[in-house]
Amino acid sequence: MPLMRDFSFVNDHWRKLADNEDVPRDGDVIINFTRLDEVADRLKAQTGKTGLHISNTVKPAQLQPLFNQIALISVAFPAFNDGRGFSIAKRLRHLGFTGNLRATGPLIADQHAYAKACGFDEIDLPETLAQRQTADQWQKAANAISLSYQRGYHRPATILDRRRARAS
Amino acid sequence: MYRYDEFDHRFVRERVLEFRGQVERRLDGSLSDDEFRPLRLMNGLYLQLHAYMLRVAIPYGTLSSRQMRQLAMIADKWDKGYGHFTTRQNIQFNWPKLKDVPDILDALADVEMHAIQTSGNCIRNVTADQFSGVAADEIEDPRPTAELLRQWSSLHPEFTFLPRKFKIAVIGAEHDRAAIKGHDIGLRILKHSTSGEVGYEIIVGGGLGRTPMIGKVIRDFLPKADLLPYLEAIMRVYNAEGRRDNKYKARVKILVHETGIDEIRKAVEEEFAASNRSAIAADPKEVERINAYFAPPAYETLPDTSARLEAAKSQDSELKRFIETNGFAHKEPGYVAITVSLKAIGAAPGDATSDQMRALADLADTYSLGELRVTHLQNIVLPYVKKDDVPALFAELKKHELGTANVGLITDIVACPGMDYCALATARSIPIAHDITKRFADPDRQQLIGELGIKISGCINACGHHHIGHIGILGLEKSGEESYQITLGGDATENAAIGERLGPGVTGDDVPDTIERIIDIYLAERQKGERFIDTYRRVGIDRFKGAIHATDA
Repeated sequence: MPLMRDFSFVNDHWRKLADNEDVPRDGDVIINFTRLDEVADRLKAQTGKTGLHISNTVKPAQLQPLFNQIALISVAFPAFNDGRGFSIAKRLRHLGFTGNLRATGPLIADQHAYAKACGFDEIDLPETLAQRQTADQWQKAANAISLSYQRGYHRPATILDRRRARAS
Repeated sequence: MYRYDEFDHRFVRERVLEFRGQVERRLDGSLSDDEFRPLRLMNGLYLQLHAYMLRVAIPYGTLSSRQMRQLAMIADKWDKGYGHFTTRQNIQFNWPKLKDVPDILDALADVEMHAIQTSGNCIRNVTADQFSGVAADEIEDPRPTAELLRQWSSLHPEFTFLPRKFKIAVIGAEHDRAAIKGHDIGLRILKHSTSGEVGYEIIVGGGLGRTPMIGKVIRDFLPKADLLPYLEAIMRVYNAEGRRDNKYKARVKILVHETGIDEIRKAVEEEFAASNRSAIAADPKEVERINAYFAPPAYETLPDTSARLEAAKSQDSELKRFIETNGFAHKEPGYVAITVSLKAIGAAPGDATSDQMRALADLADTYSLGELRVTHLQNIVLPYVKKDDVPALFAELKKHELGTANVGLITDIVACPGMDYCALATARSIPIAHDITKRFADPDRQQLIGELGIKISGCINACGHHHIGHIGILGLEKSGEESYQITLGGDATENAAIGERLGPGVTGDDVPDTIERIIDIYLAERQKGERFIDTYRRVGIDRFKGAIHATDA
């Protein structure tokens, strides 16, 4: 499905595994977190990169022991106005996850900057939504609000930092 | 008061431009109606019964005369010449057109105002004591805290799609004039009992609506520097754990109620301990910068008693009544804060015409250092009036029908817009307020009855705060007819309480008679020095039950 990174559509080399598909030995795949026990061998062998897809009710601390074995965490957004995923991203980054953090769901262009500030790197969008909200609209959203009052990931200096710089 | 710097200016302008784009994308179909809805709400735009409604933020209720004049201009140019001041210290315009809204937002930005987060499932406009900075019982001015929170909560990337709306109120005095226990988070500035350090008591889980709850203390003392990290911890626990399966159970009060305050406290403290506090906490320099805007004005040295006012009072009983009813003790000798009532007999509570707004702006310039405040009881305060000037001010106010001496009395009614405007309403509110004020119009009788707050909501969402009115009136619809349920004993102050239901509902026509009978019982039972709420607490609800003559239950 269409992948959005830094306000542009990019190619997605990850393969999302359906729940009834067997876990392959090789290749970069995203597997549902509920199937964690099926990927133990794969994680040990490191023959391909592994990503885990979690629902937005999973406690981020549960994933912490796996951080150095997984390259991607995908967080489900069942609806664009269900903001739980934003807090999950914050917590995952806080706990020390440095891999690829992906939001999966129907986020809208106006939310991309928020998602990035919370620690997400990319958004996996449903096809229909990507058709409706074209690349130029995401580009425009990139520059909509150039300033912020909160420090965050992927964020230029905040208003607070700029005020401090000006004062000193 | 706070003034925007270049960054605040740019931020608000960019937000307006972004909204212009969102309106265009809605019109060309790029955004679905479902997607556009929260975006317009977070810019203050509702779709009401007859038209759009734009709710403009008045952060912690503080306005300059220049801003008030601009609100009057907006009312004339894009609305029908009036505005409605709300129980959250905001102003609503009832008749704007969607295509004009970006222009209105630009006109607001011209005077350092906006409509950001006055609606939607996000952190709403932060409210505070209307007497901030001038109240004699104040420990510390809550406005710098409220301004810090305004900035921190504006377009917060993590907390803009919460389970439900989130309201914060701040008080800096012993007496609670901001109803902090009826908010999602209430902050009370206090001195530590042993060290004397100034910090916050944090209250969480209050709220009105269909399930009224009084907030509970989650932290009895928080050092000031930890405010933002601690609030982020509360917000994160709420964002993750708050219910999303039922919008009527999605407020933090339900989470606190269902989980228990001790469990919530534990979760919040864990989140707080794990957070990177220094990255979230406000810079001391920034706190200082904000504080400086709220430094006390240059007061004149005056005797506390004004000979001029005393002489005028002895000549003019109307003036005497006005100053005694609408005056509020100022911390500075010779000054008084004057509450201007927007509750003239027969008027819609909280409404002001553009002429009245301009008059208030002019009077603020002449008599109150150019500053005004909006109260959560839907009145306007002139905070810096010299006692010497009160006679002249009162004479001017009367010319604009702003001289009603009823603050805190039975005709100082809080009411939501109700069926006359609101899409959610199940009954009328404003006409009920009219009828009650007409019934109790006699000023002597109002004085005799004394302090008494009536609050009216036109549906169970409780925007008229009926749960915390000494007398609460809730308008419902029963088999096609309006039915008004009456509650007694609500209290919005530090003794916060939810009112108790008196009996079956009464018709709209019967409301004034019913109130009349409640008042008769109160006056018969009252002991010396008691207010209505004191008598009610002493004798209990049963004594009042006879006031309901159920004709149509």
